[in-house]
Amino acid sequence: MSRQLDQLAMLESEAIHIFREVVGELERPVLLFSGGKDSVVMLHLAAKAFWPCPVPFPVLHVDTGHNFPEVIDYRDRTVARLGLRLVVTKVQDYIKDGRLAERADGTRNPLQTLPLLDAIAAGRFDAVFGGGRRDEEKARAKERVVSLRDEFGQWDPRNQRPELWNLYNPRHRVGEHVRIFPLSNWTELDVWRWIEAENIELPSLYYAHDRDVFRRDGMWLAVGEANQPRAGERVERRRVRYRTVGDMSCTGAVESDADTVARVVEEVALTRITERGATRADDRLTEAAMEDRKKEGYF
Amino acid sequence: MATLLRMATAGSVDDGKSTLVGRLLHDSKAVLADQLEAVERVSRDKGLGHVDLALLTDGLRAEREQGITIDVAYRYFATAKRSFILADCPGHVQYTRNTVTGSSTADVLVVLVDARHGVVEQTRRHLAVGHLLRVPHVVVAVNKIDLVDWSEQRFTEVAAQVHRVTTNLGIESVQVLPVSALIGDNVVSRSRQMDWYTGPSLLEFLETLPADDPSTRHTETGEVDRPLRFPVQLALRPQGAAVAEELGEYRGYAGQISSGVIRRGERVVVLPSGKHTTVVGIDTASGELTEAFAPQSVALRLADEIDITRGELIASAQDAPVVTKDLRLTVVWLHERALTPGAKVLVKHTTRTVQGIVTSIDGRLGLDSLDARPAERLELNDIGRLRLRLSNPVMADSYEQNRGTGSLLLVDSQSGANLAAGMIDGTGAVGLDEEGL
Repeated sequence: MSRQLDQLAMLESEAIHIFREVVGELERPVLLFSGGKDSVVMLHLAAKAFWPCPVPFPVLHVDTGHNFPEVIDYRDRTVARLGLRLVVTKVQDYIKDGRLAERADGTRNPLQTLPLLDAIAAGRFDAVFGGGRRDEEKARAKERVVSLRDEFGQWDPRNQRPELWNLYNPRHRVGEHVRIFPLSNWTELDVWRWIEAENIELPSLYYAHDRDVFRRDGMWLAVGEANQPRAGERVERRRVRYRTVGDMSCTGAVESDADTVARVVEEVALTRITERGATRADDRLTEAAMEDRKKEGYF
Repeated sequence: MATLLRMATAGSVDDGKSTLVGRLLHDSKAVLADQLEAVERVSRDKGLGHVDLALLTDGLRAEREQGITIDVAYRYFATAKRSFILADCPGHVQYTRNTVTGSSTADVLVVLVDARHGVVEQTRRHLAVGHLLRVPHVVVAVNKIDLVDWSEQRFTEVAAQVHRVTTNLGIESVQVLPVSALIGDNVVSRSRQMDWYTGPSLLEFLETLPADDPSTRHTETGEVDRPLRFPVQLALRPQGAAVAEELGEYRGYAGQISSGVIRRGERVVVLPSGKHTTVVGIDTASGELTEAFAPQSVALRLADEIDITRGELIASAQDAPVVTKDLRLTVVWLHERALTPGAKVLVKHTTRTVQGIVTSIDGRLGLDSLDARPAERLELNDIGRLRLRLSNPVMADSYEQNRGTGSLLLVDSQSGANLAAGMIDGTGAVGLDEEGL
């Protein structure tokens, strides 16, 4: 018989190995969980890695306050189903008491860094699992699977540990922590194919639906509590879906008829624009937007 | 079945490696419209007459500012036949360290040579590193062939230089190809400019390489399985009434099969204790298996109640690794601080970490022929041989036999930094039985 793993089985096995290594070596991991598809895939992998034991760490959500209600609903149902402890830290609380100031453009994604680092310190978390993928963005292409953060949460891309074979080294000094990216070698298409293969439920907005949207910066933004059209921006009802889910004020929808996972897989396989290019205003700010945020401690 | 090929690219300064990688991504349609627009815009802003595909891969601000590549970057592209993970290893700063990193997981190493300059010092180093890390396949792309007028004679000369080096090193599988990354000739589609060249394009060659199979790695025929090696990562012992009702008293050992095949009912040995037992179950969250193979992640249930913890190894009872506290290694030194004999380090081998003392440095390897010359210390990027005495035993195979149980990291116990990549050559103690190594 052929003893060769196909691509998805290879990626799954690698990710499970990474989850188990970190739990084997460190004391207090936490998994970033927003209800977005990459974090959903991460949690599903974690559940598989430790079966039949429960997932042996809590999950952390940095809440921008600009949420899609169906995503928060999905988050809470999933956490309850798996019996996990959910830690939520809110950007809104930081804005309320002045530790953070609202940006002129209203975008809150870049504001997540401080609450994230505070939550890591408060929880004394030594390892933070994130769903970042190297195919997402140029700075992320240089990221290690196990990536050291100094006591300020900073990433130093010029001084990363060489990562050899599958010998992941999460050792760090007191005050430092490591970020862990088990999906490093996955592409957007791999994620979707795996969601299909594993029959994983996602928040409904990843599939085509009719929604009131308006055009801004070349993206379709949803009308919502914190997201109102400005003068000259016309609200239209369009058939859309989301490729990424983040802060509602800067995450755009794409026009799409893909209303099933199979049709999304087909659409992603044929797309000509990256998911961040299509849907994330925050990454368009400058050529090195992601690199700058990562250096400061962003996920 | 869609398979994955892991490749690493290496080249010396200005060989056009970033351009080649950009070309592979671009011509295989892995570059999406918004990425290409960004590159076109920056190329225009810089006043370049052409679209600089190297900009696709230079991700960090300093890289773009200085026009160099600093760190290993990972790229992903797929053709109708296969998916690729490409570790792009820069030739400027820390190139040995970067090439070692990229090569450690690669199925194929692609080395770039400038057709005008032929084989240079760095080419020799890249090939030597590829050989030391036992990358299964090596491709040498003779780039900028357009700048030597698509000359068959020049290509033949460079190919002969390459073959002299690879023969000296003992590399068995090497393919030499002419390409022009800038123009895009013979990278993805076959050459339109070289009627004398009848071989495959670079991508065609990579698409048809035998996909790596770690359980049969390093065997010429690809038929002989490596013996079973299963480093235990964790013991899985769920508590709680619900689980107990469903599974009874569950005790599974989680790990990723490092090499070989495991079947239900097979006799195995647990090391270092040396206790023999039988595998009674191979579990995954998706269901139970009757057999599993490298690199699958599974959990094993055993017939006997043996207390096994992280860092122990389950191995084939017929063909077990050596349990030893003494190792002879070839290392690539990765740290600014030089290594001298007597140094105390942490040794990370499979899922096991023990303490070690460097008892002697047995030489530094010249990279052209990999001959050992006497050395008292190893500096950054040096490749050398040394002996290590360990606080606790490890279960060792030679790297040549087994990449998983033959490799290790030397780690600084204070900072946690990776000091060296180590490949096991054998055991070091006098009189110790080296059979099986």
